[in-house]
Amino acid sequence: MKAAPFEYVRAASVGEACELLARHGDGAKLIAGGQSLVPMMAMRLVRPAWLLDINEIPALKFVKCEKDVARIGAGTRQCAVERDDLLASRVPLLRQALAWVGHVQTRNRGTIGGSLAHADPSAELPLVAQVLGARTVLRSGSGARTLDAAQFFAGPMATAARPDECLEEIQWPIWPERRAGSAFTEISIRHGDFAMVAAAAQLALDAEGRCIRAVLGLGGVGGTPLAFPKIAVRLVGTKLEDGALRDAAEAAAAACEPGSDLHATAEYRRHLARVLTARVLREAREKATAA
Amino acid sequence: MSETLYTMEVEVNGMRRTGAVPARLSLVDWLRDELRLTGTHIGCEHGICGACSVMLDGEPVRACLMYAVQANGHRVTTVEGLARPDGSMSVLQDSFCETHGLQCGYCTPGMLIASQALLDSNPNPTEAQIRDAIGGNLCRCTGYQQIVEAVQLAAARTKSK
Repeated sequence: MKAAPFEYVRAASVGEACELLARHGDGAKLIAGGQSLVPMMAMRLVRPAWLLDINEIPALKFVKCEKDVARIGAGTRQCAVERDDLLASRVPLLRQALAWVGHVQTRNRGTIGGSLAHADPSAELPLVAQVLGARTVLRSGSGARTLDAAQFFAGPMATAARPDECLEEIQWPIWPERRAGSAFTEISIRHGDFAMVAAAAQLALDAEGRCIRAVLGLGGVGGTPLAFPKIAVRLVGTKLEDGALRDAAEAAAAACEPGSDLHATAEYRRHLARVLTARVLREAREKATAA
Repeated sequence: MSETLYTMEVEVNGMRRTGAVPARLSLVDWLRDELRLTGTHIGCEHGICGACSVMLDGEPVRACLMYAVQANGHRVTTVEGLARPDGSMSVLQDSFCETHGLQCGYCTPGMLIASQALLDSNPNPTEAQIRDAIGGNLCRCTGYQQIVEAVQLAAARTKSK
C-alpha cells in the first residue's frame, strides 16, 4: 500500500498555498494532518499530481476566544483544541466531541480544518460545526469568503470549497447564556472508529428552567452531518420534560436518512438515532440545570 | 521512471540524519529501509494498528500516516531512542519485561512509544489514562492487562527514584 508518485511542496504562507492551488488546479491537493488523506492516497482512492503541505504555516494555527465567537485556525491540531481549557468553557461541544475522534496519535497530527474539509458524514467535528452553525472562512488568490456550515458541507466527502480555495479559519458561536449545557455521544464498533451514529445537542435555560435556546443534530445518517433546527425550536419554551425530549428524538430519527452497510442496517441506525438523540438531550438538560 | 528526490534533514534519536527521498516514501519506510531503524514496525499501513508509532517533536504520531519529507526540520524519536545511552533498557522497557507486557512483540515498539509519551507528560497516570493513551495501539496477544501493569510499574519506579 503505497501512494502513487506525486510532487511535494511546502507552502510557507496561506497566500503561497492559494497561489500553488491556482497554478496546479485540480491536480493539487492540500495536506494538513493527513490522517484521512494519507490512507486514501495509499489505497489510491486519491492520486494528486501535487501535494501542497500546509502544516508549516504558523498563521493557520491559533485559537482565539472573542466575545461571541471562538476562532480556530484551520491548521490547529486537534490535540491543541482538546487541551484548551478556555475554549472548552466557551464551546464545550468541541472537547466533548474530540474525545471520540481517533486516538492520541491521530489527534496529535490531525487538524480541525482537515476534519471539516474531509467532510466525512459520520465524523464528529463536522457534526459539531453543523449543529452549532459554525462558519468557515475560505481563502483564495482573489480574497476570502465565509460560508455557514450548512452551505459548506455539500455531500459525502464533498464541500463547497472551490479547487483554488484553502480553508483558513472556522468560527464557532459562543453562547452567552449562563445556564447552558451540551452533550455528544456516539456508537461505533470500537472506540475511535467511525461512528455508526453520532448525536450532539446544546440547550440553554432561563432562570425558571425554561428552555430558551436549543440545537441538535446527528452524524452518520445522511450524506452530510444533519442539524434539525425545526425540531429543536419546538423545545424552546418547554421545561424540557422527558416527554418533550422523547418527541424530539422521535422526530429527529424520522427525519434522518440512514443507509445500510456492512456495519449496521438502516433500521438499526434509525433506532440509534432516536436513542442517542434522547441521551444527548437529557445529558445537556442535566448540565444546563446544574450550571 | 524517475521520481523527484527531495532532500531532508531530521533529528532522529538525537542524531542529525539527512536523506534524499521520493515524496511518497512514508516516514516509517524511511526509518526502516534507509536508516535501518527496524525497531519501528509496520502493521496496517493505514493508521489503524499503531505499530509504527514514533514521537514527532515529543508527541506520539503514526509514522505510516506521514511522508518522510514532511519530517524535514523536525525531531523524531523511535523505539531505539528510548534505551539508555549505554544501550541498557529504560525503566519502562524493563517494566514491560517484568510484567510480561509482550508476547510476540509486534505491537511493542508502538506501545512503548505511546506509553513513554504518556509518562513524559503525566508521570502519575490513572489506569483509565493509560488505557486511553494506548487506545490507538492494537495488541493481539496480551489482552492489554499486562501492558497497563507495565506502565503502572514504570510510573511507580520513576516516582520512587
